Amino acid sequence: MADGNIGLWTVPLAVLGGAIRVSTPFLFVSLGECITERSGRINLGLEGTLVMGAMSAYGISYLSGSPWLGVLAAGLTGALLGALHAGICSLPRVNDVAVGISLMLFGTGLAFFLGKPLIEPTAARLPAIDFGWWSDVPQVRAALRINVLFLLGVALAPILFWAFKTTRWGLLIRTAGESADAARAMGHSVLAIRLRATMAGGFLAGIGGSFLSLFYPGSWNEGLSSGQGITAVALVIFARWDPMLCLWASLAFGGAAALGPALQSVGVTSGYHLFNAAPYILTLLIMIITCSPKRTLSGAPAELSITR
Amino acid sequence: MTTEAADPVDAAAIAPAADAGFLQRWGTEIEYILIPGAALVVALLVFGIFVALFGKNPLDLYWYMYYGAFGTWFSWQNTLSRAAPLILTALCTALPAQLGMVIIGGEGALLIGALSATSAALALQGMPPLVVQVAMVIAGMTGGGLWILLSGGLRQYRGVNETISSLLLVYIALAILNHLVEGVMRDPASLNKPSTREIGAANMIGTIPGTDVHWGLVFGLILAVASYILIYHTTFGFAARVAGGNIRAAKIVGLSVGKLILTVCFLAGACAGLAGMVEVAAVQGRTNANLAVGYGFTGILVAFLARQNPLAIIPVAILLGGINASGGLLQRRLGLPDASVLVLQGIIFISVLASDALYGRIGFLKGKS
Repeated sequence: MADGNIGLWTVPLAVLGGAIRVSTPFLFVSLGECITERSGRINLGLEGTLVMGAMSAYGISYLSGSPWLGVLAAGLTGALLGALHAGICSLPRVNDVAVGISLMLFGTGLAFFLGKPLIEPTAARLPAIDFGWWSDVPQVRAALRINVLFLLGVALAPILFWAFKTTRWGLLIRTAGESADAARAMGHSVLAIRLRATMAGGFLAGIGGSFLSLFYPGSWNEGLSSGQGITAVALVIFARWDPMLCLWASLAFGGAAALGPALQSVGVTSGYHLFNAAPYILTLLIMIITCSPKRTLSGAPAELSITR
Repeated sequence: MTTEAADPVDAAAIAPAADAGFLQRWGTEIEYILIPGAALVVALLVFGIFVALFGKNPLDLYWYMYYGAFGTWFSWQNTLSRAAPLILTALCTALPAQLGMVIIGGEGALLIGALSATSAALALQGMPPLVVQVAMVIAGMTGGGLWILLSGGLRQYRGVNETISSLLLVYIALAILNHLVEGVMRDPASLNKPSTREIGAANMIGTIPGTDVHWGLVFGLILAVASYILIYHTTFGFAARVAGGNIRAAKIVGLSVGKLILTVCFLAGACAGLAGMVEVAAVQGRTNANLAVGYGFTGILVAFLARQNPLAIIPVAILLGGINASGGLLQRRLGLPDASVLVLQGIIFISVLASDALYGRIGFLKGKS
């Protein structure tokens, strides 16, 4: 066993490792989107935020030598894009779905523009913690090389769950999402609440992007994100706007996304592209199963335009 | 380019301002031209500032954009060739928009349309070119139509949000295309860039006589005008607009909303599928990953900029086609990355959406009644 020749066990191990590694961007984007959508607004632009986050993290890490500064920069970039989204959406008669689409195109374009000089150089990457030290099997060790961001994301899910339930801020966000009139009657500005919720969502999505460029796959190129952002937005819908369900769904998605490379590593190459599309097919299937034309989804914030 | 486009509009809006009756009659129409026009100018100014930050002269930028898009007969032909798929993919967003649906999966329908059209052409090798071409049109439109019908059906029968499902279907379409192009449909001779076999020079649809612009432009113009007539001058279009305005009212007066959704989604996808067929039969000659250059995504912008009006889509698609066409010149002469076109498109999109807030709020257009 110690020589690493573990045959077909490679596949479930790689899927497990993938569930941990690949799920992190899904996790951060979906938790961020969860905050935004709970406040009654949908931000479809997180795909653009994710790519911008990846680019700025890589750039700052390359320039400063510190990957953690890169993560911070990615979060701030995301928060800025979130503020832009919220700012435009607070104008009268502006549709938040359309603004999200525009920011998706804008974010991706801007990241490609600014990231052009970053394709060549190598930036300092985020460190990993070796949780597989007890094992002799290299595949197990590889699967258990876990990034700190993943652990932060896992910790964030229950914290958000708790915060939505019990804190003043969680209550305010939920009020703005369930009934803007009620929030107004309580003397709060719905637009200000949604601005902060969208910025927080963008911040987390940006950090999710930094994981892509600074840990896995761990470089910057224009094909870095292909739809992880939008998949994560869909994931929030069938996770019923519940941060804990977002966590489980992200893990499932990470596993699905790791299936293609895992099968390739044992020599199954024929359906490579189809297996790569597994997360999108999975999203679609789960949405088909969980949605219903007759009722709005349980747990859906009443002010959310996309479920009305 | 910007000032030329906007000045006549300004003049038309300001000159007869004394006549309140004129403004009451035409105020809304003027708004529909003036506000997106102004949004476009603002976007170009912002983009000018953006490139100035990188040490480029914005005036050079505007000049090269104008020159690369509309400056010569050559650039006009380039622009029009790029406008053709944009008209078709914009219809893919604009038609469902009449029903209040936001479909952003035109890119996926384009890819599936291209794949279906190529399959039809390869299956019918040896038949007369006209037969092959007609089969390609039918296959492309059916393939694309069924692809968006999937989003419409999911919305109608399962309540799945059509915006998200259509976008997910883009990635699935791309995976299917790559799978087939690198698998069963691969031409063994295509080593570096996996592609299908060529459809054959005789089966290409060719160019409009006297130009280098392919017939796809004519397809686009015909479908845009046909969509306009369908929406504004038929009972079907009226029903669709009623359902888009108020779905409950539409159900009360007995419209079958489900049928409307499915038909419109099929037609929308068929337009984008035809764009894929055109790209194969007029430009690429085969199917490969080169087809996914984002015509579907730019089409969304075209539709929103044209306020989902099929006739307005034509000039807007030419304008955006021009911006796309000038990208090469910006790269060569100004040393800007190829993504600068994407940045500009994003800025235009944001600025146009933000300008939605202005409708009905411009004082002098309201008239003095």
